[in-house]
Amino acid sequence: MADISINFAGIKSPNPYWLASAPPTNTGYQVQRAFEAGWGGAVWKTLGEPILNVTSRFGAHHFNGQRVAGFNNIELISDRPLEVNLKEIYETKKLYPDQVIIASLMVEPEREKWHELVKKVQDVGVDGIELNLGCPHGMSERGMGSAIGQHPDLVEMTTMYAKEAAIVPVITKLTPNITDIRVTAKAALQGGADAVSMINTINSLIGVDLDTWNTIPNVNGKGAHGGYCGPAVKPIALNMVGDCARDPGFNIPISGIGGVSTWQDTVEFMLMGAGGVQICTAAMHHGFRIIDDLTEGLSNYLDEKGIASVSEIIGASVEKYTDWSNLDLNHKVVARINNDICINCNKCHIACEDTSHQCIDMLKDENGNNYLKVREDDCVGCNLCSIVCPVDGAIDMIDLTPTEPPMSWNKREAAIKML
Amino acid sequence: MGNLLKNLIADDVLKQNFEEAKPSFNQQEALDEANRCLYCYDAPCITACPTGIDIPSFIKKIASGNMKGSATTIMESNPVGASCARVCPTEELCEGACVLNHSTKAIPIGDLQRYATDWAIKNEQVLFQAGKKNGKRVAIVGSGPAGLSTARELARLGYEVTIFEKKNEAGGLDTFGIVPFRLPKEIALWEVGQVEKLGVEIRTNMELGKDIFADELFENYDAVVLAIGMSKVPMLGIVGEELSGIYDAIDLVERTKEGHYDAGFRGKRVAVIGAGNTAIDGATTSIRLGAENVKILYRRTEAEMTAYDFEYEFAKQDGVEFRWLTTPKRLISDEEGHVKQMECVKMELRDSGKDGRRRPVEITGSEFIMDVDIVVKAIGQTRHTKIIESFGLEHDGGVVKVDPESSITSNPKVYACGDVIFGKGVGEAMVVSAAQQGKETALSIHERFNESVKEIAL
Repeated sequence: MADISINFAGIKSPNPYWLASAPPTNTGYQVQRAFEAGWGGAVWKTLGEPILNVTSRFGAHHFNGQRVAGFNNIELISDRPLEVNLKEIYETKKLYPDQVIIASLMVEPEREKWHELVKKVQDVGVDGIELNLGCPHGMSERGMGSAIGQHPDLVEMTTMYAKEAAIVPVITKLTPNITDIRVTAKAALQGGADAVSMINTINSLIGVDLDTWNTIPNVNGKGAHGGYCGPAVKPIALNMVGDCARDPGFNIPISGIGGVSTWQDTVEFMLMGAGGVQICTAAMHHGFRIIDDLTEGLSNYLDEKGIASVSEIIGASVEKYTDWSNLDLNHKVVARINNDICINCNKCHIACEDTSHQCIDMLKDENGNNYLKVREDDCVGCNLCSIVCPVDGAIDMIDLTPTEPPMSWNKREAAIKML
Repeated sequence: MGNLLKNLIADDVLKQNFEEAKPSFNQQEALDEANRCLYCYDAPCITACPTGIDIPSFIKKIASGNMKGSATTIMESNPVGASCARVCPTEELCEGACVLNHSTKAIPIGDLQRYATDWAIKNEQVLFQAGKKNGKRVAIVGSGPAGLSTARELARLGYEVTIFEKKNEAGGLDTFGIVPFRLPKEIALWEVGQVEKLGVEIRTNMELGKDIFADELFENYDAVVLAIGMSKVPMLGIVGEELSGIYDAIDLVERTKEGHYDAGFRGKRVAVIGAGNTAIDGATTSIRLGAENVKILYRRTEAEMTAYDFEYEFAKQDGVEFRWLTTPKRLISDEEGHVKQMECVKMELRDSGKDGRRRPVEITGSEFIMDVDIVVKAIGQTRHTKIIESFGLEHDGGVVKVDPESSITSNPKVYACGDVIFGKGVGEAMVVSAAQQGKETALSIHERFNESVKEIAL
């Protein structure tokens, strides 16, 4: 059986699954339940100056009958006294010494405040510290969270403050609510971070109620933007992880966060450079028991691929992630419909006809049966037909034998300059 | 007093027996199934529907919460879409054509159609409006699916439409002829109400040849549509048919539709003759009236029976027994003139007859006696030949001849649609086909008058 334990920035974890700092890690009771279920680690709900919360707090984006395609919240950091949290962290770590507890911290960008808090959590035995520089709602209005995370200089400075007092690894958590995450990631690196985690939640408004015209969620008739997460944000997070991982100037571990719901998502994040993942929404949707499939699925996948340790896959796809200008202009893919599997819903036809390149014909055979066929000469290999196709295996995207050697835009431009 | 109470309770149970058998979808079931629909392009379910309902669209509208739009899409194509949601042989039509049969499981289109139309009924929606009056008057005889459908379309096109109905309520087969536990009367009457709201006048208790005459219609209307359907079950033509305890399946169903539950079936042995959908209706109605044992007798076999598969399955679930290759020869009376036994004979199938089906032939000496208390006849329906002849229309054994393109009969002023033009030996007449014929008839009438209507408008 494959080894799924990880060593993330010096923190050893029995598996790559940590609960992200969020409602699931609010109390010792919850974290102990999670550890009992088999989670590798938990990033405790952010500690700082006690705050007040509002009700209601969560909203979700449902799509075509699928619950929780995306999720948002306007909950703030821990609303429990710091002493209570510290006591429970201590007790939990004692009970589960092999599982990881990371303290997520957020205070104003003042050296003394950071030093004081870092020391307090270290004293109760945390394995690492995560700096919450990404929370996009509420706290940011008070100059914390993403208000810091959006300024590279403040990210660097805050990381430095934490590092000055830290003896355990420091992970700087980044906000996606910026133009280019590599800039703040490098600022964290500059400040001495041992690792970064990304992404925090994305500014969002889930919706507006069609009858009351109130925002969703709403607090006594008013709403404020929340942080968006869940399956819908996975592609955004994956890109940000990949962008940092492939940046030559960036060389510290990345904890992948953002819509990780399955072991497949986990493999993808790790292939794209994440040294481990953090999960929240999937657990909030289904409970801690999902860890069973997350670990077992990952382990079975590695066994099937003949990979001894999950560490081997970290970053394995990073070199395949590049700029558009490096893509091969001479590569040709076309769609091919397998008529024995096709159920003739014609969705590929109408998608192609109305919105792509008009190359899927609806035809009749000699027996009068309908069938669909791609005019390969006109097909641009866009994938749309295979995306809308409801039946696995009905449409294959086929690589055509190259007729010319690979040629990217960059190579082409360089060749033109040579002339 | 004790007896009276017992009877009251029993009646209450009987009433429950005749409530709609299949529960409607709740919102979650409807949404789950609606979201499963692929929303095919050029969908085969549309082609398979005789009225061409844009099924993917109405399902999409359920999914989006546009219930009024969904019901409108259905009723636009099928003026009796609420009834059809319940009585259509969907496995053989839309659901049979669903592409998901080839991958997972067909969408329950009938149930979704019922969900959408039930919404319109519950929310008292008026989905269509009458067209601007064009000055033309059309008389329609018969208010069943074909007549209603014709009327609805003509009213929307601006015609002044009057329907003449023999019975005391409109709706024809849907109101009176389909068992209430499959199609409650109020559903059919809602469809009638929708047509009336377009200004169509429905004159009930108007029997042709008694209360109104063909000549009057020819004189007072620009066109006449004959949509009188079919009539009673024919005679078996055997000894003892006049005995008490012999029922016509169509009459039997009609009485339960009107809320009369015959106490005489309780604990009795019933034999139903025939194996079409009406026979199934007769049998399942008998069961619900409390019959102890119900047998369906058919002179051919299971393979030849014309009842839909789902009807056959429904009857079996109800505990109806089937006696294949069996025909009644004689009904035997007790001392009070009530049937007590039936002499039957076993049959065998021989070479094909004229209609291509194998002929049932008696097996000599195979006669046997069956004890019965009630016999229900369901061997097809007779035709309104007298009425057809009073119109002077050409017909083939009571089946009115029409030009299939225009629905025009041998009298150019008279159109016909629905079961009155339904030929023999072509399966079962369907409500949904009658609805489509009604639409086509209305269009044909409009094509004829469109030019002159335009001239008036100019």
